Amino acid sequence: MARVTFREERCKGCRLCTAVCPKGIIFMSGRINDMGYHPAAVDEQEKCTGCTLCAIMCPDMVIEVEREEKEL
Amino acid sequence: MKGNEAIGEGAVRAGCRYFFGYPITPQSELTHYLAKRLPEVGGLYMQAESEVASINMVYGASGAGARVMTSSSGPGISLMQEGISYLAGAELPAVVVNMMRGGPGLGNIAPSQADYFQATKGGGHGDYRMIVLAPNSVQEIYDIVKKAFDLADRYRNPVMVMADGIMAQMMEPVEVDDGIETVIPEKPWAATGVGNRGRKNIINSCYVVPEEMEALNIKLKQKYAEILQKEQLCESYLLEGAEIAIVSFGTASRICRAVVEKARSLGMPVGLIRPVTLWPFPGDFIGRAADSVKCFLSVEMNMGQMVEDIRLSVNGKAPVYHYGRLGGMIPSAKDILEEVKRLFAGGAAV
Amino acid sequence: MKKVFTRPKSLKDVSFHYCPGCTHGVAHRLIAEVIDELGIRDMTIGVAPVGCSVFVMDYFDVDMFQGSHGRAPAVATGIKRVLPDRVVFTYQGDGDLAAIGTGEVVHAAARGEKITVIFINNAIYAMTGGQMAPTTIMGQVTKTTPGGRDKDINGFPVKICEMLTPLDGSAYIARAAVHSPRAIISAKKAIRKAFEVQMRGLGFSLVEILSACPTNWGLSPLEAVRWLEENMVPYYPLGEYKTPVGVI
Repeated sequence: MARVTFREERCKGCRLCTAVCPKGIIFMSGRINDMGYHPAAVDEQEKCTGCTLCAIMCPDMVIEVEREEKEL
Repeated sequence: MKGNEAIGEGAVRAGCRYFFGYPITPQSELTHYLAKRLPEVGGLYMQAESEVASINMVYGASGAGARVMTSSSGPGISLMQEGISYLAGAELPAVVVNMMRGGPGLGNIAPSQADYFQATKGGGHGDYRMIVLAPNSVQEIYDIVKKAFDLADRYRNPVMVMADGIMAQMMEPVEVDDGIETVIPEKPWAATGVGNRGRKNIINSCYVVPEEMEALNIKLKQKYAEILQKEQLCESYLLEGAEIAIVSFGTASRICRAVVEKARSLGMPVGLIRPVTLWPFPGDFIGRAADSVKCFLSVEMNMGQMVEDIRLSVNGKAPVYHYGRLGGMIPSAKDILEEVKRLFAGGAAV
Repeated sequence: MKKVFTRPKSLKDVSFHYCPGCTHGVAHRLIAEVIDELGIRDMTIGVAPVGCSVFVMDYFDVDMFQGSHGRAPAVATGIKRVLPDRVVFTYQGDGDLAAIGTGEVVHAAARGEKITVIFINNAIYAMTGGQMAPTTIMGQVTKTTPGGRDKDINGFPVKICEMLTPLDGSAYIARAAVHSPRAIISAKKAIRKAFEVQMRGLGFSLVEILSACPTNWGLSPLEAVRWLEENMVPYYPLGEYKTPVGVI
């Protein structure tokens, strides 16, 4: 169980995150943010594994990732 | 004590613990002195790879809150101009010593006053001012270095001490102010790590937004106006009843003092005004003197630089002449006296 | 659920002014994460360069200096010599460090200054509009090498890591890149090691980070990271060039 959230107003639409998502669930939204970019988004949140690759790649710290920690 | 040593010792007494510099004649003995002296008081002498690096090390050390100094001569001072502009822009205190030599270009190592314009009219880029002090004895060198550090800290501005190879090499007795406590002011603006301060400090001269740049410029302008009002300093000698006022600083002013005495003994009423601060130029005093003297003679070891400031101060109230030797030549008392006699003979002094 | 990726505290919560896909932001984040992880925010002082990244002075939430072009290692020297117990780093681009400031970085390394230099190599002058940099690779087209970098006109690129490694004063020299998550994770490890080397007083440390400038390369961000991987990495091999004895 994981959740990825995008801080849309900070996204510059560079698409770097879309290329690194192993599940291919990130796409560029049709919306336009205040800076005039199409921000990145996900629509199949349930497929997110919380791997953080998208967040690692993002130059603008748009992405936050939460994940259920495994019980020890 | 030699002039070069007096600068070094004056700096140590002023609480300066960091020196970054690069060898150049005729200031090298100052660096030799500090290389030995600073470690004795827990300080650091560092020989940098260039004058460019030196002044930027000064920038870092000053921004970190230290009393810091560098020294050089003409060509090296030229290389430091960008850094001096940054110091002014970031409002950082520092003392820069220029032991002037003949120029332009590589020139020579003989004494000169050819860097007056460079020091007092900017030198580096942008709208800024630097306080410039010109001592004329070894004792005054020693005292003025302390004053330079105090002014630098008070106004958060670079201060230059200007002399030449003669002053650097001259040996005179110096009374040292043992026991006088040096108080270095708190520097809450210094970038020393956020620590317990909570808020970050930035040492900066970059203002991309013109409104913000202008706000800094206006702040600097107000600071310079205050300096101009409070810090003008000059000495006068036998000015009472003088018809000709010789104006001269540093090495040249020592010779002019003898000229004044000789002229007086020959019945010619001549006096001397010696600017100690070249910026702020002591224009108020010279302007007042213009009400009583018939003319001014600027004696400089250059082709006529300070003479422009005298003219501005006199503002047309009296003629202002210039006499100078160039290229590292030192004017003789005899030659200056001849110039004075010529003025009295009526040619120029009407 | 637990946050496994969030913004580091040593970065102010503001939007970067950089172009879309510019990897300065990645390098900023990695440095800030390392500062957070080492718990040194209160004792860290940074020096910003001249170039696009001059505004790191605003972005990092640590005390900062803005230095003149190329002179950051000299400024850092002055700071570190006055405050030897602080952590001092510079952030410099290729024009700043490898052209106008070559002398300063070489001598800071030679002196073994206990500072950390983060060297962003994107093979171009970005802020001034895409001119040839000292690190522009052979054949690369820029505004001032319209026919591609030509050895007879422009000479060869400067390889900073290879240059600084033989100097006795340099303790840790590494080259990393930010074209993929894997490379970025390695870059962060190198930055962390560089800071640790400084904190242990072992000498000069530098991490070169091969970075992308989509705008001035005339490529999309995705094309730019691919170009970096395919063209820059072969010319500027990644890895640790020098590691002090006893540091893993």
